[in-house]
Amino acid sequence: MPVPILKQGDYLIASIQSALSDSEVLELRDDLADRIGRYRSQGIIIDVAALDVIDSFVARSLRNIARTASLRGAVTVIVGIQPDVAVAMVQFRLNLEPLQTALDLEEALALLDRHTRGHGRDDG
Amino acid sequence: MTDDITVPIAADADIVVARGEGRMLAGRLGFSRTDATLIATAISEIGRNILHHAGAGEVEIGRDADERRVAIVVVARDQGPGISDVQRALEEGYATGSGLGLGLPGSRRLMDEFDIDTKPGHGTTVTMRKWRDRDALEVVREARGRHD
Repeated sequence: MPVPILKQGDYLIASIQSALSDSEVLELRDDLADRIGRYRSQGIIIDVAALDVIDSFVARSLRNIARTASLRGAVTVIVGIQPDVAVAMVQFRLNLEPLQTALDLEEALALLDRHTRGHGRDDG
Repeated sequence: MTDDITVPIAADADIVVARGEGRMLAGRLGFSRTDATLIATAISEIGRNILHHAGAGEVEIGRDADERRVAIVVVARDQGPGISDVQRALEEGYATGSGLGLGLPGSRRLMDEFDIDTKPGHGTTVTMRKWRDRDALEVVREARGRHD
């Protein structure tokens, strides 16, 4: 089942609904890259709350999505990392940099708003 | 043992099944939700290793126990090319296939025991265990069950 991607203003919101296989993760990456171009989106939010694990492949794919998006001028925020998944990521020593994370959708939207408003300003 | 589950690994969707089974068995064996996620993550990595390096294989998940502890045992088997330099494969950042070399060392950190049996040309078997201490009540119950 493909991950639904909603367009909300200048942002895209991908909400993962269940555990994903590796090929479904790559499909999400390609879908997002395609839509960033089509909608000229400035921000992407990926809700990973329904993911059962974030292993090295998922982490690398999320980083690749963020890098691709950033080349096209969009900022990526990951939301909903579950507490047990966070513990596993730390113990595995997985790295999500340069990804930004937020606790929930609301916080992610606020973060993107600050980011896109502050764009081009040097006073932060 | 009745708890043993074998999941054939031949496609990436099988990895999702294997880690789901691992999580469920971990729950049944009394592991915490966090431990179950650590176990599922290690199974995911090891299942992907099978797929990338051997093309196919299987993951067997079962139970082990001693006087004070219970373990979940994960055995990943393939008939692939094997690993010629195990020491290097366990080093951080050793890249083979399309991975970044995080799979084996990362999985080892998630589990309590981690063992690789491999020979070039003869496939690879990875055995991982995670243990949990039984509480006093469990020990008493089992002792009683044995004597009744």
